[in-house]
Amino acid sequence: MSRFEYAPAPESRAIVDIKSSYGLFINGVFTEATDGKPFKTISPASEEVLAEISEAGEADVDKAVKAARKAYDKVWGPMPGRDRAKYLYRIARLIQERSRELAVLESLDNGKPIRESRDVDLPLVAAHFFYYAGWADKLEYAGAGVNPQPLGVAAQIIPWNFPLMMLAWKIAPALAAGNTVVLKPAETTPLTALAFAEICQQADLPPGVVNIITGAGRTGQALVEHEGVDKVAFTGSTAVGRAIAKSVAGTDKKVTLELGGKAANIVFEDAPIDQTIEGIVNGIFFNQGHVCCAGSRLLVQESVYDEVLARLKRRMSSLRIGDPLDKNTDIGAINSAEQLARIRELSQIGEDEGSERWSPECELPTQGFWFPPTVFTGVSQAHRIAREEIFGPVLSVLTFRTPAEAVEKANNTPFGLSAGVWTDKGSRILWMANQLRAGVVWANTFNRFDPTSPFGGYKESGYGREGGRHGLEAYLAH
Amino acid sequence: MTTTDTGVDSLADVTSSEDRLRRFLLGLPGVDQVGAEARAATLSTRSIKTTAKAYALDLAIQMIDLTTLEGSDTPGKVRALCAKAKRPDPADPTAPQVAAVCVYPDLVATAKFELRGSGINVASVATAFPSGRSSLAIKQQDTRDAVAAGADEVDMVIDRGAFLSGRYGLVFDEIAAIREAAGDAHLKVILETGELVTYDNVRRASWLAMLAGADFIKTSTGKVSPAATLPVTLVMLEAVRDYHEATGLHIGVKPAGGIRTAKDAIKYLVTVNETAGPDWLDPELFRFGASSLLNDLLMQRTKLATGNYPGPDYFTLD
Repeated sequence: MSRFEYAPAPESRAIVDIKSSYGLFINGVFTEATDGKPFKTISPASEEVLAEISEAGEADVDKAVKAARKAYDKVWGPMPGRDRAKYLYRIARLIQERSRELAVLESLDNGKPIRESRDVDLPLVAAHFFYYAGWADKLEYAGAGVNPQPLGVAAQIIPWNFPLMMLAWKIAPALAAGNTVVLKPAETTPLTALAFAEICQQADLPPGVVNIITGAGRTGQALVEHEGVDKVAFTGSTAVGRAIAKSVAGTDKKVTLELGGKAANIVFEDAPIDQTIEGIVNGIFFNQGHVCCAGSRLLVQESVYDEVLARLKRRMSSLRIGDPLDKNTDIGAINSAEQLARIRELSQIGEDEGSERWSPECELPTQGFWFPPTVFTGVSQAHRIAREEIFGPVLSVLTFRTPAEAVEKANNTPFGLSAGVWTDKGSRILWMANQLRAGVVWANTFNRFDPTSPFGGYKESGYGREGGRHGLEAYLAH
Repeated sequence: MTTTDTGVDSLADVTSSEDRLRRFLLGLPGVDQVGAEARAATLSTRSIKTTAKAYALDLAIQMIDLTTLEGSDTPGKVRALCAKAKRPDPADPTAPQVAAVCVYPDLVATAKFELRGSGINVASVATAFPSGRSSLAIKQQDTRDAVAAGADEVDMVIDRGAFLSGRYGLVFDEIAAIREAAGDAHLKVILETGELVTYDNVRRASWLAMLAGADFIKTSTGKVSPAATLPVTLVMLEAVRDYHEATGLHIGVKPAGGIRTAKDAIKYLVTVNETAGPDWLDPELFRFGASSLLNDLLMQRTKLATGNYPGPDYFTLD
């Protein structure tokens, strides 16, 4: 009898209609960029050019911020919360209606498996809009003072790892609180943000409330530095976050930064073993490891090290890598050639430092950007792969002997975005959660998100919170 | 105690006293309910199409234990079932045979006669099925009767009362006694997971049955709800995988009850493939205890071959 080979099960691309070129979405309409050089967005799985994207220069940024200001002063700011809620609910429903199309578009542009964009990203995107729509007329009860007021125009810059989800995390609370926004998606993944611009049109959102401008770092810098901006919200690398913090220092602009991470995923000897292995896999290989809160440092209690490693390797061998649009793909493409080069470089450094590198046997496609799921053993705290964020499917394994040692090692990092604890002992979970210097501590699970739950970091992982009431507070003056 | 460093010898050691057995079972790693169910749900999202689907449908048919376990069963009903087992789709001789026909002990002889020369096994539920509430002597006699009548496989039920009250030694001894009474027949041990309730119990009962000599571990009698579920089967597949790693022995898994559609059956096959591994994709090591499943598999099979869904009347009732 032959083996059970899953035949390809590709999601159809026919549902998405990608235009050959896109302008900037300013004041409710798509407009040509006045300066700046257009650039192309490609599918990282095939390197196929998907569309030509406009680059917003300073004049365009100015136009977008002014449109947002006008909409804030004239329409959105004065509008009663219950009316803002109607728009947000409408957007949420449109996202649900178009979720399959958006999921396909996201997988095409980003390289993430359709299984994740369909089952994780899109449901969360809609959930965020629904959740914050519910707050729009109840701001007085959000715990941000008796008469909280919006800040004004929010400049929002989002990364390429969860393009639409990060957009939702930024835009939904901002609009619910009464702000207007100018959002810049990452240059490698602008398509779903531009599709969202169409949804804003479809929802009859007043012009200027949401503006979407595309471009790379230069555009982002112009947006952050624009004097008409009242609030900056950024998700991305620590280096850029630091530059933003410097540039807004001394101004009245409020800032939230959600930056890198190097999360510890801590496995105790009494952990539910099979679910722990799933959690480790989900912690680091979810979205090809392009997750700022990824569990990239596995801390295993020495007594179960051999067993955990053996089971992890066996499980990694069953991961399916390939076409992101195939419904059976577990691991998709690396988002860009640049990111792939960085993952390769840091992995090489891991080997050079003496750690042992292991990947399951797997065939990688010849076109596009690919990196196999990889685990490094024999890693110590002093190794660069245990300290720097790799932002790829690369796991470093360290060991510990006592809970105190686990805490000490977990906290010994410049970052502090998330952590995971795996144990059957409830009291230990609570004790660990109090000790760990991380914004989120997951117990017997990993990489779980919910609009009601605040998310954000300690130390170099940034400041401010997104999600929940806390996320709303970041867009309110009180 | 970890499972990977246990060899056959040390496993024999854990069964040497009730106390050791108990400590071993309670020392098995726990099962996180949320995590196990999430994993099963993820496996359910695999999309099996075209050639893979054709392969899965035929494999599922070959794994079926075609079952009738009614108080109203008659020799005539069993004869009809055997005819169906031999030739599931009268319109299409390429449809494969099922693995076995499963009946009560008093109907084994009828089934055995009907299936002579077909290569299809006769399975029988013995041991005071489905409750298992009678003396060991009666259970042993029930088993011997079934085997004497020609049963190739015996499906026994464990004493759930004893298990839930922590008398693991009693359950162990009973399985071992039936193992002996069954002689050369394949022993399938029914855990009745719906009554064990927790996944921790399912894992412990799986290990207990394997240590006591089960050839197969089976979820349910089909008389208790919930019967087979995907997460329960997942936990059992993890147990046979770990047992294989510890001993080198292959133990089979049989979900029974409640699996009615080809779509469901394929989800189970995917779970087998990605949990215990492709070795278990074999009627020797994986079975479906189901009767209504067969017609849906045949219908999907016809759909795949012809492009059209035939109506239910194009397939035989039993």
